[in-house]
Amino acid sequence: MSTVLTPSPPTALSHAELTRYSRHLLLPEVGLEGQRKLKAARVLLIGAGGLGSPAALYLAAAGVGTLGIVDFDVVDVTNLQRQVLHGTSEVGQPKLASAIRRLHDVNPHVTVIPHEVRLTRENALELIGAYDLVVDGTDNFATRYLVNDACVLTGVPNAYGSIFRFDGQVSLFCTPDGPCYRCLYPEPPPAGLVPSCAEGGVLGVLPGMVGTLQATEAIKWILGIGEPLVGRLLLVDALSARWRTVKAPRNPQCPACGTRTLTALPDYDQLCGIRPPQATDQVPSITPRELVARRAQGDDLLLLDVREPHEVLVAAYPDAQLIPLGSLGEAVPSLPRDRDIIVACRSGARSARAVKDLLAAGFYRVWNLDGGILRWSDDVDPSVPKY
Amino acid sequence: MPVPIFLPSALAAHTGGQRQLQAEGPTVGAALDDLVARFPAVGPRLRDAAGEPYPFVTVYLNDEDIRLANGFATTVREGDEIVIVPAVAGG
Repeated sequence: MSTVLTPSPPTALSHAELTRYSRHLLLPEVGLEGQRKLKAARVLLIGAGGLGSPAALYLAAAGVGTLGIVDFDVVDVTNLQRQVLHGTSEVGQPKLASAIRRLHDVNPHVTVIPHEVRLTRENALELIGAYDLVVDGTDNFATRYLVNDACVLTGVPNAYGSIFRFDGQVSLFCTPDGPCYRCLYPEPPPAGLVPSCAEGGVLGVLPGMVGTLQATEAIKWILGIGEPLVGRLLLVDALSARWRTVKAPRNPQCPACGTRTLTALPDYDQLCGIRPPQATDQVPSITPRELVARRAQGDDLLLLDVREPHEVLVAAYPDAQLIPLGSLGEAVPSLPRDRDIIVACRSGARSARAVKDLLAAGFYRVWNLDGGILRWSDDVDPSVPKY
Repeated sequence: MPVPIFLPSALAAHTGGQRQLQAEGPTVGAALDDLVARFPAVGPRLRDAAGEPYPFVTVYLNDEDIRLANGFATTVREGDEIVIVPAVAGG
């Protein structure tokens, strides 16, 4: 049985904990006092995905006493390339379940509090206000602005990290004297301008780099050591192995942390230009099975694949013409107006944009292949891999 | 006087895959003009229809946000670097 040392709980450390944290206790910058601070700290991870996985693992290993995790997703096999909290045997299970299991194994002295909810303007202030620091590992602009504003309003610092393809950003926002995310980016890009990692891809190890930097900033802040990444934005370029720090000062005109005119959480879907689906968003579509049936009856169709050439190497449509979406504009004059054109991609999202563009360019015999090659693999040809 | 411009991989699709390019110009705006003259597709990603900086794409001259200096009129000096950093939200 372990012996409890002074001071009184909950920041007291047992013998087992003292031994576990030996390498921290050897550091004068951490020591017994620092380790007690870590144990007393409450950190909320928003998202248990690419960034949240490494951050949670290291925060747990470091002995942060209470880790809250907000996530409502289930583990998908495509997550495993980077989301190291979860394993192959846990595909299909809630991410919170695998996170709790894994973190308990890493450090049973840590209390993990699952919050199986979507973070919303209704629950954000209460959730975030119950913690000392937030680690923002979300994957969309609307939630990033929500996290930022809730952190400003509750006075909870935000260890921010964000990634796309090979590039990452890290900063510590919403400290008492520092800037917030809105100081850096006053407005989000219009919806659809910046692709998500699900559309544009991400190097699997990149969230490992960025998430551990977020955990580092969180631990430094809790301990009160070093130079926090406040007022600075760290840019990580994995391709060139070049790291750069740029100035990100507080904006006195910032409505959140400057003038403080933002006193309640606004509508983030509206802020980010996200509308509920509308009838006018629908484009004419055809299912993979219908396409096969039409080809079988000898219809003269053009199957237009708007993916990138490297994607076709992974999974190809039979008898398709490849014109990547980015080149479609130049190719419009060469497309036939007297044939039915079926536009296809991976999931049906890019091809829907292409169908809209072609309709706007005066084509009317044009359809979207619903569900893309993912549905093609499900419904027509399982030998075509899904990616 | 050439000034290097660093682009993220997200924008390199519009510059023939190049992420580090050289441009000429006495100001940040002029250097970007020179870049856009060679790669027109990247232009709308760097500035809005009125030619002003976007609120969601930060242009740095070395480590300074040009919005806090003279915007695109900020003077470029020997040895400076221009860094383009669009907002990204992946996690």
